[in-house]
Amino acid sequence: MDCRVIVVTSGKGGVGKTTTTANLAVALASAGHKVVAIDGDVGLRNLDVIMGLENRIVYTLVDVIEGNCRLNQAMIKDKRNENLFMIPTAQSRTKDAVTSEQMTALCNELRKEFDYVLVDSPAGIEAGFRNSAAGADEALVVVTPEVSAVRDADRIIGLLESMEKAPIRLIINRIRPDMVKRGEMLDIQDVLDILAVELVGVIPDDESIVISANKGEPLTFSGDSLAAKAFANIANRIRGIETPFLELKAEPVGFFRRLFGGK
Amino acid sequence: MFDFFSKLFGREKSSNIAKERLQLVLIHDRNDISPETLEHIRVDMIKTLKKYLEIDEKGIEMELERKNRSVALVANIPLKTMNRPLRGQKKK
Repeated sequence: MDCRVIVVTSGKGGVGKTTTTANLAVALASAGHKVVAIDGDVGLRNLDVIMGLENRIVYTLVDVIEGNCRLNQAMIKDKRNENLFMIPTAQSRTKDAVTSEQMTALCNELRKEFDYVLVDSPAGIEAGFRNSAAGADEALVVVTPEVSAVRDADRIIGLLESMEKAPIRLIINRIRPDMVKRGEMLDIQDVLDILAVELVGVIPDDESIVISANKGEPLTFSGDSLAAKAFANIANRIRGIETPFLELKAEPVGFFRRLFGGK
Repeated sequence: MFDFFSKLFGREKSSNIAKERLQLVLIHDRNDISPETLEHIRVDMIKTLKKYLEIDEKGIEMELERKNRSVALVANIPLKTMNRPLRGQKKK
């Protein structure tokens, strides 16, 4: 298959870009694709700790670009899945250590070897974001159902459009069905009405995500939590496999639903 | 109308408030017209209008409104009406 380079971005920080990148990389690799996840956040790297690979870093993306090592020396092979690789970035450098041209060249080099290249973008709309998106064909925009996150997502979608990334698809993270039901949280349709962009997945707010980050084990490695299923479904949709959306319900399940067989 | 009923029958749901606020803020963001710019326009407009009309500056309402798919800058500029005595009355 032709390699697809996908940037994972959001505008606002702290909405779950890195968690999404890590989980989708694992899910795509588990489906048999050769995947590399790149940390695009020079100076504030975190993909390494979320994936639990922080102790295996010898060289970084910046070392590759500056010619201190070969590309495959900076690629960390994940022992949990032979299809999965991660390229960390430098922690003690700033965003200007990598240019858009260098990032594009690097992505194009990786296209020869991989099915999917996922780039975890930094928050913000400045150089760091632009560089990490430079080499990408398509984009995943992560948003939470909050005014600030949706506003920033709108901005980022406009920028991605002007950079001619397509498709641009939306992941709504940290939905709390109980709050949506009470009318105290924007629901999926509200966010889609406002952003007018294709939805590729919804992730429920789930404490298993915090636990998996504590351990450095992306959920999609084990896969029994609701959030893990949601990520696996997104990976399937990215692969072009039509997958129904999970029904996220407020607990406890109502009497009628139980009676009439909603799962 | 919706506001009226939600006030009448209790608190408006915060998700609706969020949606309304977002829609408004995004009109500004997407058209690259900040509230600051709008304020500058208002000041300039008042200056120009005052050359020709007596306007009630405090009563001016100006905002971006979305109508279907287009956005309009809508201004409501009340004129100062003279406090004239009632006409057609017998002089006392």
